Amino acid sequence: MTVGHRRSMRNVAIALIIFGGFIHLVSYSMVGRYAGARIGPDTATLVVVTGFILLSWSLLLSQAMETVTRVFYSPSDLDLILTSPLSPRKIFSVRIGRIAVEVALLAMLMAAPFIDVLAVLGGARWLVAYGVVAAMGAVATALAVALTVALFRTIGARRARLIAQIVAAVVGAAFVIGLQIAAIFSYGSLSLAPLQSAWLIAHVPNIGSPVWWPARAMLGDGTALLVVAAISIGLLGAAILIFAGRFGDHVVAAAGVSRTVVRHRRWPKTFRRRSASRVLRQKEWTLLARDPWLMSQTLMQILYLLPAALFLWRIFQSRIDAYVLVVPMVVMAAGHLGGGLAWLSISGEDAPDLIATAPISARRIVWAKIAAVMGVIAFIFAPMVALLAFASVRPGLVAGVGVLVAAASATLIQLYLRTQAGRSQFRHRHVSSRLATYAEASSSIAWAMAAALAAAGIWLVLFPAIIAISILCGVRLIGQPVIQAYSAH
Amino acid sequence: MYSPTSGPMMSQNKRPIALATRGLTKSFERPAVDALDLTVYGGEFYALVGPNGAGKTTTLRMVVGLLRADAGSITIDGIDALANPVAAKQVTAWLSDEPMIYDRLTPFEYLEFVGGLWGIDSSIAEARARELLGWLGLKPHAHERCGGFSRGMKQKVALAGALVHDPRLIILDEPLSGIDAGTARQVKNVLRERVAAGGTVIMTTHILEVAERMADRIGILAHGRLIAEGTLDELHRRTGKAASLEDTFLTLVAEPVAVA
Repeated sequence: MTVGHRRSMRNVAIALIIFGGFIHLVSYSMVGRYAGARIGPDTATLVVVTGFILLSWSLLLSQAMETVTRVFYSPSDLDLILTSPLSPRKIFSVRIGRIAVEVALLAMLMAAPFIDVLAVLGGARWLVAYGVVAAMGAVATALAVALTVALFRTIGARRARLIAQIVAAVVGAAFVIGLQIAAIFSYGSLSLAPLQSAWLIAHVPNIGSPVWWPARAMLGDGTALLVVAAISIGLLGAAILIFAGRFGDHVVAAAGVSRTVVRHRRWPKTFRRRSASRVLRQKEWTLLARDPWLMSQTLMQILYLLPAALFLWRIFQSRIDAYVLVVPMVVMAAGHLGGGLAWLSISGEDAPDLIATAPISARRIVWAKIAAVMGVIAFIFAPMVALLAFASVRPGLVAGVGVLVAAASATLIQLYLRTQAGRSQFRHRHVSSRLATYAEASSSIAWAMAAALAAAGIWLVLFPAIIAISILCGVRLIGQPVIQAYSAH
Repeated sequence: MYSPTSGPMMSQNKRPIALATRGLTKSFERPAVDALDLTVYGGEFYALVGPNGAGKTTTLRMVVGLLRADAGSITIDGIDALANPVAAKQVTAWLSDEPMIYDRLTPFEYLEFVGGLWGIDSSIAEARARELLGWLGLKPHAHERCGGFSRGMKQKVALAGALVHDPRLIILDEPLSGIDAGTARQVKNVLRERVAAGGTVIMTTHILEVAERMADRIGILAHGRLIAEGTLDELHRRTGKAASLEDTFLTLVAEPVAVA
């Protein structure tokens, strides 16, 4: 191991320790007060704990569905599996089990800071929560396999992929968004207060109901933990027993899905007269529209704007001037989505040689790609901005400008820090260019803060704006010249 | 855009010159292309062969504008490619060994896209596209997404894309690698037809039999330099080997590096 390698490993370890410490601090602020909760709790505590469990489980289900869909539609070792002497049932049983382990491990990793804090403050009994989290992962996997196969059998391989990915995105967002919507309508603020409402506590099952077993298990009830574990293992086992045998047939059928015939119903089968810039933009939009996973990710971005939209509607109704909460959410969402779209258009270009050897100047290519990204951003965020402007002109203008600036900044960052990948690498873009990821996130946060201050009419808006511009300048200094991406001469 | 007034360069024997490089140089950690002087005449099929690492792909990538040369000049059909890259690209087509197309577009849509990039009139581009799809056996799949195609089919789609804008100079880097004999035959037939119609084809290949059968002239590159060039007979005469291009090639490559 070289000296430089040891140094970088040490730096990584230090960064991880700092990050871990920060996460534990955040966890302490969220769950520290519950460390003293006991096994014989009141209904209110059971409701809160169950709410957290359901919230986490919905995210696990979303993750499990995405993983199962990926196994279905991207089986890179399909030939090896089907020609091996082992029975496909055994192979896919192990594969489903592996998905369950992956999901459970991910869940335990995400829950670790919270459980650690509870264990330190409330005793080692809280460590049984890891068992509950693992059980949740098993149940999520079982349900994900059942749902995906059900979709496959009812609507066919071609549509099942899109629907499965949309369901995964919606499930992941639904519980969180539902809770936020309930909070908006009942309390006019964005918090988890509905879980502690008197109405809910009065209408839930009584304290001895099996509904509370996961919460009881989480609080250290050994019997409840055994029951929860047994049920989760039973469900996973049933899923494997029922679906593993036919899994191979479904995977083979799914492998042929890409060969899709495009039925020209309304569109004429003739070439259209368009400029080079326009064909470049149109190509990006067509590829985006035909990518089910991307559509589901975009849909999730829109779904997460729903609470903001409802909050806005409440503001309009009650004339409460609280745009400082809505405007930055919209701006940050625009920055995040813009960064992803820009990555696809720039680093995820599947035919870079074709674009670079086309008789079109590098400047025009760059502007066409920027326009393609900004066009999608405008399409998605225009309704929200219009609604804001209708409620109050200045916050609407601030949000509109903020959306454009945040998305444009993210696009520029991707231009300067571009890599050469392919569309299929989009899921791993955060790993392939960590610097771009951090710069993008920091830029979006800075512009969101600037937008919040501008909407509130506070002159301090200059400071986050300067930070955002500094990030761009820094990226420009260390990144590659933009034009050289599309022309060596 | 390409200007029709800038006509092709003419060699001393009055043959139009499709591609001329002078002193073309590129180094990475070591010289990859070393002051290369290469001349390809209009209307000929030129095969560029050489051992791995000889600089073939680097040379062609500089010609089509994918790599910046450290030194030297590139002239395509009389156009200074370094000073006027857009005009040079208008008359050039590039096909790499790995077909780069879009999995979520159909061949029909891909050709419409390429035609639009090159600014070809839509009706002309469409007529050419239909013709090419027919020649290459892609007509039944014209409206299927390319993601489900085999490698050979994808290469044919990429080739159709390279030809739909009727380029004067077609540059291909190992176009026959990884494709079956039937597809290779179709590709070769289309390329022969292009040369017969007056176009120029420059192709690198490791399959010397292809160079032997198809090329009008062959250039042998080694260590970034053109060590031999000529027709098959001329190369055989130089080495005294009349058996095959393979023997001639191996003899020449084994010799100390010398300028052709």
